[in-house]
Amino acid sequence: MTFARRFARFVRGSVRLVLAGNGLYWGWVALLAVLIGSGVAAYADQVSTGLVLTSMRDQVSWGFYIGNFTFLVGVAAAAVVLVIPAYVYDWKPIREIVIFGELLAVSAIVMCLLFVMVDIGHPERFWHLVPPWGHLNIPRSILAWDAVVLNAYLAVNFVVVTHILYRAFCGRHYEKRLVIPLVLLSIPMAVGIHTVTAFLYNGLAARPYWNSSILAPQFLASAFCSGPAILLVVLQLLRRFTRFEIQDEAIWKIAELMAYAMFLNLFLHGAEAFKEYYSDTEHLLYTRYWFEGLDGHRTLVGYAWTAVALNVSAFVLFIVPAARRNRVTLNLGCLATYSGCYIEKGMGLIIPGMTPDTLGEIYEYVPSITELRVAAGVFAIGFLVFTLMLKVAVPISLGEFQDDVPAAAPVVPAIV
Amino acid sequence: MRRLTLPALLLASLAALAGDEALPKTPLPSPGAAGRATEDHPEVPPPPFSEGIFPCSGCHADLPVDRTRRALTAMHDDIVLRHDEEHRWCLDCHDANDRDWLHLASGERVGFEESYRLCGQCHGEKLRDWRAGVHGRRTGNWNGRKRYLLCAHCHNPHAPRFKALAPKPAPIPPTRPGVAR
Amino acid sequence: MKSLPVRNEPSEPCATSCSRRRFASVAAAAAAGWLLTGCGPKRLREMPRDRLRRALDEMEREYSVQQGRPVKVADTPPLPGVLFGYALDLSRCIGCRRCVYACVEENNQSRDPQVHWIRVLQMEKEKGIDFREANPYYQPAEVPEEGHFYVPVACQQCRNAPCVKTCPTGATWTEPDGIVVIDYDWCIGCRCCMAACPYGARHFNWTRPAIPKDELNPATHYLGNRPRPQGVVEKCTFCIQRVRNGRYPACVEVCPAGARKFGNLLDPESEIRYIIDNKRVLVLKEELNTLPKFFYFYGT
Repeated sequence: MTFARRFARFVRGSVRLVLAGNGLYWGWVALLAVLIGSGVAAYADQVSTGLVLTSMRDQVSWGFYIGNFTFLVGVAAAAVVLVIPAYVYDWKPIREIVIFGELLAVSAIVMCLLFVMVDIGHPERFWHLVPPWGHLNIPRSILAWDAVVLNAYLAVNFVVVTHILYRAFCGRHYEKRLVIPLVLLSIPMAVGIHTVTAFLYNGLAARPYWNSSILAPQFLASAFCSGPAILLVVLQLLRRFTRFEIQDEAIWKIAELMAYAMFLNLFLHGAEAFKEYYSDTEHLLYTRYWFEGLDGHRTLVGYAWTAVALNVSAFVLFIVPAARRNRVTLNLGCLATYSGCYIEKGMGLIIPGMTPDTLGEIYEYVPSITELRVAAGVFAIGFLVFTLMLKVAVPISLGEFQDDVPAAAPVVPAIV
Repeated sequence: MRRLTLPALLLASLAALAGDEALPKTPLPSPGAAGRATEDHPEVPPPPFSEGIFPCSGCHADLPVDRTRRALTAMHDDIVLRHDEEHRWCLDCHDANDRDWLHLASGERVGFEESYRLCGQCHGEKLRDWRAGVHGRRTGNWNGRKRYLLCAHCHNPHAPRFKALAPKPAPIPPTRPGVAR
Repeated sequence: MKSLPVRNEPSEPCATSCSRRRFASVAAAAAAGWLLTGCGPKRLREMPRDRLRRALDEMEREYSVQQGRPVKVADTPPLPGVLFGYALDLSRCIGCRRCVYACVEENNQSRDPQVHWIRVLQMEKEKGIDFREANPYYQPAEVPEEGHFYVPVACQQCRNAPCVKTCPTGATWTEPDGIVVIDYDWCIGCRCCMAACPYGARHFNWTRPAIPKDELNPATHYLGNRPRPQGVVEKCTFCIQRVRNGRYPACVEVCPAGARKFGNLLDPESEIRYIIDNKRVLVLKEELNTLPKFFYFYGT
């Protein structure tokens, strides 16, 4: 049996799996398809008319797309919250589910790359970044570094998950000598991608709100609580809708780790707020725009305090063990963490960084309909990618989707 | 942060522009008189006389000289002197004996085409800056002949203060799509 | 004694599949080589002069057709021994904005949507240069207004330019004569440079630029005022199309108050060096160490 024929069977089998689902599944896919369609139409408008259809202008030249990009890099980095207990500490309850973290990382990076593509003025010129035809301004440009590390992280995670799952499909164990080094490499890489993304902002002396050393650690802290928040919800859904068994300890441990990450996140934000308010220089203006508004411009104030409230509530819910174990409070906590971090890292980072602008002007940025539609489309693509991958990965993990193996030696596939 | 004096900074900038900028390491010599910063006798366009007023001797050759400080009523009453008028009047600049000339404080005559020497008596710093090409509207070539104007081309010698101008339109403030300006 | 296999004898001819594979890899390498060398580097900065001239001739044809009149795209190289500097006299600027519109006309900036490379900020005398209090939208009947002074801001042509540092594709760089330029055909429109610029000097073409045909300036330079496409960044280039031919930038020539001065920093006899030596110059946001070549001074 050649590789090609086996792979063809894998593809056919995957397609069958993906097309088999109940009403709920198809409802979900239909919703995603509608959002993707709307996003594609809005993006087509944007490509032909120009980015003027967004609310971005010279004064606030980065907005919703880049905010989402930043948040999703954090989600992708959060796979490390599972990888460390699984592979470094060899803790079985998480070892069984770490693959879902890696699948989430892949989907998140896909969304990140899409958000960058929809944000730039000439997406067809992206090859200008790829040597040898293009020119990559390394080592000076942080965005160039970001392009490299994000694609490398995507490649590492993609190779790991496809290798593990395909081997399991073939009824064989994955190649330890390939997977273990790559997985261990993905740990510093996860820290790396989000640090480089933080450096993108951190390095800009022109923007005092971002030009703060605390940005990289704060990004990591908020990443490590917001990414697993999605994962916890997904794991509970998997438990509910598939035969996959996930131990309670795994979920509670992840929630506990999220609590510590959220504490760090709140502490670092608090430290930042102290420095701004106590030093009371002109740089305080940006923080004041976020928390108080300036000259009657108060668009973001509601969001600022909502994010604070959500993050603090999430911390309380996750630090109390009993609250972690209760399904309702756990999911409330996940929702609070995700929304709180989404607001403060997406809009709460980009917009106040550019308001007032470098010449003191205040332009109040609020995402336009086009931006919302395109962003929803990108999110839908990411969710669809994740859903389809799960549709194939779960049966493989359960041993239900396997290539024909000789009857003499049925191998229960080990994905751990 | 670098703390260098400005000339050293300029030289340091040659080194600082590292990488692929191919800068010469020493400045080339200045391009001779044509590009000299300080012109002793800059070439200027003709003085901005009112129409038909020059040569002044056309009328004044036949008129008696009256050095009495007074307000003019018979002629030139359209000139309102607003230029240190508390201490000076017409004949402190215009030569009493020959109205085709101006005169310096020493009595030396200067022509209208060299009127900057007269202005420079009180406004010495402006004269030095003007000669260097630093005062006044600049046209011409930065590496060749600069075009100079007389003081009188921009400043009315009788009432030199500039009038206010109407500004050109303000830039259009940014608006979100679908929001009216 | 057994003889060792002789290494320099040709090995057995390949089997059919092997030779097919060898042919395919050779063909692929050739195609790649053709692609790389035949097409050559695309960045205008790296193009050899003859190819650049051909590319610019192509641009001239394209623009002339688009605009319905002959357009020239020059490739004037930098003059040797020249580093451009600029000085603006804050005691003389009256905020009339004639420089803004002279620049718009000279450099073919879009009229709708409006793009201005120069922004004149009205400041309060009591507060001094304070960007928080700056107002670019003043529109009184007459300027200067009582109690205010004016600070025009455009690209400072920094020696330590943060925009050049952050550009991921190298689409913006500093020319040997000190002008920071943009390759409009290489820029991907990511706007990192705009986030990095502390002076708000870089402007993006959010939609297709529109210039009335009769207002186009047909004397252009490929790194300066040639018509720009949608989706790229643009900014002041010290009128590169003028200064490399010895002329002053348009803003210097139009200023009715004589507030703008320009010259070669490397020439000790130039106006700009005179100003540096005899007046007291300052730069904006000097703590950011951008080392601008645009100086401000108080002439009076």
